Amino acid sequence: MRKQTVNPTIFSIRSPRVLVAILALIVIGLPGCATLRDYFQGPDGVAEESPAKEETAAKVKEASALAQTQSKIKRIPGTNHPDLNGIWQAINTANYNVERHLAAPALLTVEGPRGPVPHFKVVAMGAVGSVPGGLGVIKDGQMIPYTPEAAQTREENRANWADRDPEVKCYLPGVPRANYMPFPFQIVQGEDSFFIAYEYAGAVRDVFFDDPGEAPIDSWMGQSVGKWEGDTLVVTVTAQVDTTWFDRSGNHHSAAMVVTERWTPMGPNHIHYEATIDDPETFTEPWTIEMPLYRRMEENLILMDFKCVQFVEELLYGQWRRESVQPEE
Amino acid sequence: MKTLIMAGVASLLAVPLMADEIPRTATGKPDFSGTYDVKTITPLERSRQSGDSSVIKPEDAENYSNAVKEGNKANDNRVLDPNREAPPEGGDGSPGAAGNVGGYNRFWIDNGEEFTKVDGEYPTSIVYDPPNGRRPGWTQRAIARFGELRNYWRKNTGRAWWLDEDLPGPSDHPEFLTLSDRCLLGFSSTGGPPMLPALYNNIKRVVQSENTLMILIEMVHDARIIRIGGEHAPDDVRKWLGDSIGWWEGDTLVVDTTNFNDTPALGMATRDLHVVERFTMTDENNMLYDFTVSDPNVWQDKWSGKYNWPKTDSQLYEYACHEGNYSIQGMLKGAREAEKAWFAEQAQTESGE
Repeated sequence: MRKQTVNPTIFSIRSPRVLVAILALIVIGLPGCATLRDYFQGPDGVAEESPAKEETAAKVKEASALAQTQSKIKRIPGTNHPDLNGIWQAINTANYNVERHLAAPALLTVEGPRGPVPHFKVVAMGAVGSVPGGLGVIKDGQMIPYTPEAAQTREENRANWADRDPEVKCYLPGVPRANYMPFPFQIVQGEDSFFIAYEYAGAVRDVFFDDPGEAPIDSWMGQSVGKWEGDTLVVTVTAQVDTTWFDRSGNHHSAAMVVTERWTPMGPNHIHYEATIDDPETFTEPWTIEMPLYRRMEENLILMDFKCVQFVEELLYGQWRRESVQPEE
Repeated sequence: MKTLIMAGVASLLAVPLMADEIPRTATGKPDFSGTYDVKTITPLERSRQSGDSSVIKPEDAENYSNAVKEGNKANDNRVLDPNREAPPEGGDGSPGAAGNVGGYNRFWIDNGEEFTKVDGEYPTSIVYDPPNGRRPGWTQRAIARFGELRNYWRKNTGRAWWLDEDLPGPSDHPEFLTLSDRCLLGFSSTGGPPMLPALYNNIKRVVQSENTLMILIEMVHDARIIRIGGEHAPDDVRKWLGDSIGWWEGDTLVVDTTNFNDTPALGMATRDLHVVERFTMTDENNMLYDFTVSDPNVWQDKWSGKYNWPKTDSQLYEYACHEGNYSIQGMLKGAREAEKAWFAEQAQTESGE
């Protein structure tokens, strides 16, 4: 079981309404105690000071909420590990842009008389090709701490999005991007295994629990090494090529990037996903994204094929067909 | 009395020993988890030289296997001349997959050095039913289709022969190239089903949960996700590797696969392909893989095969195929160049006349 300690000094009750709720919870939650007064009396029968009461109350609430959450989480038989088997998906706009962003006319734009308009390459997509806004997934509402050179590269990437975004060419997405693309992914987890099959491009990850040491060569999905810290699966991802991106907004990294993921069940149907990005060649300091992952609840749900390789053959190779298959302009 | 006690002790010991012969999950099911290398020199179909024999004598198997190992070792140690010339224009006449300009050397090939061992014997083929070790004959429909395809098989001399004969060419469109050239599936039905041994990249990673068996195919990183206890997807849901459901028959996991798209991994098979696989752990480190194939469009009858999957300490590495695929460009551009040369030759002939 997850070891849970609450440091009373960092605990504070933020509003009277919360306090009332907590006290109500204690009254309901502690039928074994004769009265609240009995409960809060110390061993000498002396009632403690009021702040301590609040701390204890909060502690009890926290502990009981956690115990409740933990008891709802299925465990892998023969182990104490949370069972994360199933099909999951992120619901946010991080694949458009991990940073906070407003809605925009397109991923590729040109300057119009009153701001950007869609570039001719994507104009036929109309509203389908436009970008929904989002509050971003970087912890504490931060933006990416790029070095000045790396920030410049991001701007160039944006200006050349259609040519440079690996998703456009159906390339493997890398980590963390694979986890918040608009596709489901399936976790298959055994007693000492944790495998992720992504619908997008059939990307896969096999999380090693025995660290095989430094990867022999960089790869698109990198090398994942996992360990359990209580109910949290911590996965260190190394040896990723520098050609994957974080999103469709040109956010990039170098081959030196180390991603530390934390997968923590919030209940039976939600995972708190966190990934810390450490790459001194691109960022001035590590930064962290976080988001809930949602269990797909549909009955009989399966991953569908999305072998997009065949969908991009016209884009990548169409110019070398014996005869064009496109209608004449 | 003493004997009885001893027998009792022996039987007490024997029961757990029997049960412990194969790995099991905490819930008592056979545990297939692990990494397997399924390479073998046993052919899919019985070779002519095996005649009517369904098995190879152990000493023959050992001798042949040793000869393969010796040959491979000699090949591995061969020093290539760094100053060797490029193959001559039009090719050096060498046969093989890459055709006429020199194919893969040993470095790329990893197709095994051992015969597969099933039930303590070395079968002469993976196919065991029909008992002659060969697949049943093709249907009339399959013969007609194969004849059509065969019309387009020519030796590559660099000439745009399809213009001579006013036919579609083999590299007119990316869609005309093979599924493995296009990085859509591995070749030799490595992903299947049925999953067959191939020239290289024969590793399978198996991960098992209570209601899922996942088999990662090394070539083109295809993950087969088998739902244990599930039902098939609706008939119009079609997938490259089909839709697989499984159930337990004793300690054997039976997997039924239907819902293929028009081009399954198994050569010549169609969307009506139906495969039943049987996975059985035979000891701690070996799994027997048994399969039955039927496709009424192709074979006159169903056929079955089996071979052993030994576990390996090797790890499976990313097979990112599409991301580095420069071959399609090369093949299409090459064909366009050949066409240009053909038209130039034509123009010259006409002006000469």
